[in-house]
Amino acid sequence: MGKRRKLRGISLFSVCNTLLMLAVCFITLYPMYFVFINALNAPEQALLGTVNWFPKAISLDSYRVVFNDEHLMNGFLVTTLRTVIGTVVHVLFTAIVAYGMSKSNLIGRKVYMKIALITMLFSGGLIPTFILMTKLGLYDNFLVFIIPAMYTFFDMVIFISFYRTIPDSLEESAKVDGASDYGVLFRIVLPNSMAVIATISLFAAVYHWNDYYQGVLYIRSQDKLPLQTMLYKIIAENSMSFMQQQAMAQFGAKLPGNSIKFASMMVATLPILAVYPFIQRYLVKGVMIGAIKG
Amino acid sequence: MFQQKTEQIKTFMRQWQLQSMVIPGIVWMFIFCYIPMFWLIIAFMDYNIAKSMLESPFVGMKHFQDFVMDDRFWRSIRNTLGMSSIRLVLGFPIPILFALLLNEIRSIRFKRTVQTISYLPHFIAWTIFGGIMLNWLGEGGVINQLMMALGIQQREILFNSDPKYFWWIAFFSDTLKETGWSAIIYIAAISGIDPGLYEAAELDGANRWQRMWYITIQCIRPTIAILFILAVSGLLGSNFEQIFMLKNNMNMKMAESIDLYIYNMGLVSGRYSFSTAVLFARSIVALGLLFLANFTSKKLNGEGIF
Repeated sequence: MGKRRKLRGISLFSVCNTLLMLAVCFITLYPMYFVFINALNAPEQALLGTVNWFPKAISLDSYRVVFNDEHLMNGFLVTTLRTVIGTVVHVLFTAIVAYGMSKSNLIGRKVYMKIALITMLFSGGLIPTFILMTKLGLYDNFLVFIIPAMYTFFDMVIFISFYRTIPDSLEESAKVDGASDYGVLFRIVLPNSMAVIATISLFAAVYHWNDYYQGVLYIRSQDKLPLQTMLYKIIAENSMSFMQQQAMAQFGAKLPGNSIKFASMMVATLPILAVYPFIQRYLVKGVMIGAIKG
Repeated sequence: MFQQKTEQIKTFMRQWQLQSMVIPGIVWMFIFCYIPMFWLIIAFMDYNIAKSMLESPFVGMKHFQDFVMDDRFWRSIRNTLGMSSIRLVLGFPIPILFALLLNEIRSIRFKRTVQTISYLPHFIAWTIFGGIMLNWLGEGGVINQLMMALGIQQREILFNSDPKYFWWIAFFSDTLKETGWSAIIYIAAISGIDPGLYEAAELDGANRWQRMWYITIQCIRPTIAILFILAVSGLLGSNFEQIFMLKNNMNMKMAESIDLYIYNMGLVSGRYSFSTAVLFARSIVALGLLFLANFTSKKLNGEGIF
């Protein structure tokens, strides 16, 4: 039966499957393309509604509003700072704790591991965590993005299993040369762990860049709001009064909210789109390292 | 015994560098994980955030009785279970299917391209992706235009403001965003299968479907089992960032999941103890579900996560 379906060596199945995969690619890319063309569409055209295939007249006016908006640019800065600091702190802290934990002769190791494991299985949840942050003075404080995200059990386990693949002789020879534990970690172990550092940095950076919810929960002052939290307010709560005022002053009433929305969405996504080609080769490896232990 | 203890203390002192790496981690865990767990006690109190815990009176199971009497609580349970069931029954097989079909693509280059593209939406924030969905589903949006062009409907439907569509919006937007990403682990598992098995099966006359069923599926069964256990234990959870983004006052009736209910009751209405009681009860049931799923999977498959 399989033979009958074959046409010039290509089976019906292959054709359908290829078409299906092309459809998947289309459906996946189209949302991004949609934002892109609508952010480019000229304001007068955007008043008539969104475009689906091509901008009717190309203009960068919406981007001009976004880049001139000091609130949004401040949000962009907060998000960038948060992503850079948050990622470095998370990776460094987790890597150091994991190094100590990876030593089997460490006194108290079993107890430490149990304490750590429980943090993955149980948590206090939203309300108790909120109360804790308030009591610690992290409410409406930039550090609320950094400190609570310093460590995860999962990432620590990934570090530990990676350290185990580094030959012991490397560490021993450094020890013979008189290096301390910190010396071994920073001069020998970490430089040999670039694959796992890249992977975990990537996931941490994506979390920090994309998260809007921490900002909704803990941030009140305008100048500490991350870009994604602003976007949440603009899109879901439709509160874009400050931008519309700005737009009015610059372009009269002709710039509709939609164009600005799409342009700010574009600005919030561009950094990820720009680094994606470089990061995507780490993804499969990263998930695999995670999956072995998870 | 005593000597052993002093020996341990000596070793501990000699390891001070290693210990100084680990102990800050343990301290961090105590503060950010254990203190919130301890704070769950406020579920049994009338806690006031302006006062200390010692000043708050114990009220026993009062809050637990209150939320059981609340219609909105049961509505949030229904919504959560409804959305989770759709996700489990229809959503769980989709990444597996995608991985299987992708595996049948012969051209390595095309396969890689499809794979790379399919991960992309996972890296887009929910604010952006949710924003696109809200636009598409609204008046004059892509979905309405498409359905009218295809003659499926005559007039525009405001999907966002009609509660009856919410579960499906949540399901489809999540599928659109995460299918490629969820498939990675299956793709990796499939790539680890010994090609010799396929050759042997081909010699025995197995066709494409038989090879898929008897070799690929059987070989990735452990992976499927583990992910299924995790999915079942997450029945009472929801994708909070997604729902928070897509909800609005009009669709709240079908959008309010348990997570959102806890948020609304606790942080919006300021009923901290009441919300914590709901949270507490949910954690216990979720833990039970995890054990149940693990037990069932062990019985049926011989695979479990513990």
